Amino acid sequence: MSPTASLTPGGAAGGDAGGLPEAWQPSERELERRRVRRAMHRRSLAVATLTTVVVFGVLGAGLVSSPGWETFQEYFFDPDHARDSFPAIWAGFWLNVKMFLIAEPLILVLGLALALARQARAAWLTPLRLLAVLYTDLFRGIPTILLVVLLAFGVPALQLQGVTNDRFFWALVALVLSYGAYVAEVFRAGIESVHPSQLASAETLGLTRAQTMRHVVVPQAVRRVVPPLLNDFVSLQKDTALVSTVGIFDAVFAARDYGSYNFNDTPLVVVALFFVAITIPLARLTDHLQKRVAERERAGAR
Amino acid sequence: MTGETTGGASALLRVRGLRKAYGDRVVLHDIDLDVAAGDVVCLIGSSGSGKSTLLRCLNLLEEVDDGLVELDGVDISDPRTDRRAVRARMGMVFQAYNLFPHLSVVDNVTLAPRKVHGVGRGEAEARARELLDRFGLADKADAHPDRLSGGQQQRVALVRALAPRPALLLLDEITAALDPELVGDVLGAVRSLAEEGTTLVLATHEMSFARDVATNVCFLDGGRILEQGPPEEIFSHPREARTRQFLERVLTERA
Repeated sequence: MSPTASLTPGGAAGGDAGGLPEAWQPSERELERRRVRRAMHRRSLAVATLTTVVVFGVLGAGLVSSPGWETFQEYFFDPDHARDSFPAIWAGFWLNVKMFLIAEPLILVLGLALALARQARAAWLTPLRLLAVLYTDLFRGIPTILLVVLLAFGVPALQLQGVTNDRFFWALVALVLSYGAYVAEVFRAGIESVHPSQLASAETLGLTRAQTMRHVVVPQAVRRVVPPLLNDFVSLQKDTALVSTVGIFDAVFAARDYGSYNFNDTPLVVVALFFVAITIPLARLTDHLQKRVAERERAGAR
Repeated sequence: MTGETTGGASALLRVRGLRKAYGDRVVLHDIDLDVAAGDVVCLIGSSGSGKSTLLRCLNLLEEVDDGLVELDGVDISDPRTDRRAVRARMGMVFQAYNLFPHLSVVDNVTLAPRKVHGVGRGEAEARARELLDRFGLADKADAHPDRLSGGQQQRVALVRALAPRPALLLLDEITAALDPELVGDVLGAVRSLAEEGTTLVLATHEMSFARDVATNVCFLDGGRILEQGPPEEIFSHPREARTRQFLERVLTERA
């Protein structure tokens, strides 16, 4: 981008290569071309700004001019209620975050273990492989909300000796079981996307299948699936709200609690803002990583 | 600085003072080139000499940093140029074939004629099958590219580039990724195109092919056209020491 900075040999085509070094100066044509490019850039910037303003303006105007806007505003955007409900929601939201932070590492371990179990080829590991298939089929099929209810209410009802009846614990287990199945599939897709020639090279070096997985396949697979994994992170962060269905005092439960006493649902909007505030940075991070992967895979394939 | 000397008045493609740099690294210096209709211009030179970049600049895949590229007397290096219109008149074949793996051979070939040039499916397919037949691929028309050998894939890529009847065909080392015994098939196809008067600009390492088929050979070294002329002159009496060196090396390697 600094055309005048480079000092390069010039000279007529077909002249000798060792011609006198001479600073390159952009020609009149090139200068004109740069002016045109700048003008084109300015124009596309103007078009982008204009269309953005118009589209968002129309959307906003449509919303504000809807017949029920006044009541809607009172019911969902009341600043006083927002302020009053804030402390309880803040406390509840911390529970959501805690849940996410505990569940995510467990999910990653479980997911990877399941994916590896599914890739096992040794004959004696067949039952393990079948179990892994069964597991993903089952837990991916059951809606997470049902799993949360079934475990958080069901396990305590069994009155088992030495097993906790803590609903927080069982709701957490439900999230791990459900997301473990999803993440296992993500890892599996990553593992299967590693080219067979990589397996062949590892084999010819004399590595065992386990060693091949550990040192060749999984490192490549993990790198490739980071973006979709982060996508599941974002999703999990939101789904911690499901535990409100079993009476755990998370942010959503706190908001609903406040709302039913005060006949105002502004706290729900506050909770939504909390979740958005935490998922947007995660989403940007996902985009960034995805872009990096794309650039790396395109490198050398111009 | 830019050589404004007009070349052949009837030049289909006229390049003057073309410069391309990536940051501070200048990969093409002051390139002048004329291609008349029916010419076969071979770009030779070692890897990294700028052959591929030059072709990519001609096809507007790369933005040039200075100089002029004219197609039929129209400046196509102008930023306001409709690139798609230029490419509709210029075909390009890459080293790695770049066929679309999800489409059958005939669909690969008819995609541009149908979607870009508005040719009806029936007509496009008839032309595609005729071209495929000419290049010995008639029985592969409905196969998918991954069922074909490298040589067959590259011939399909040639047919795909030819289907929209381009005024000019750019070939970027199209035999470099092929097994030696498959190279002949593809070169044979290019040779027959040259013989019937297709205008070609090709980067190649196949010296005997360049000697036989080219009307004009350009030797590139360090991003410059160091020497250009008819093949018998370049191959038999090169003026530049660098050209001699290069030719000695590649010709003894091949022997």
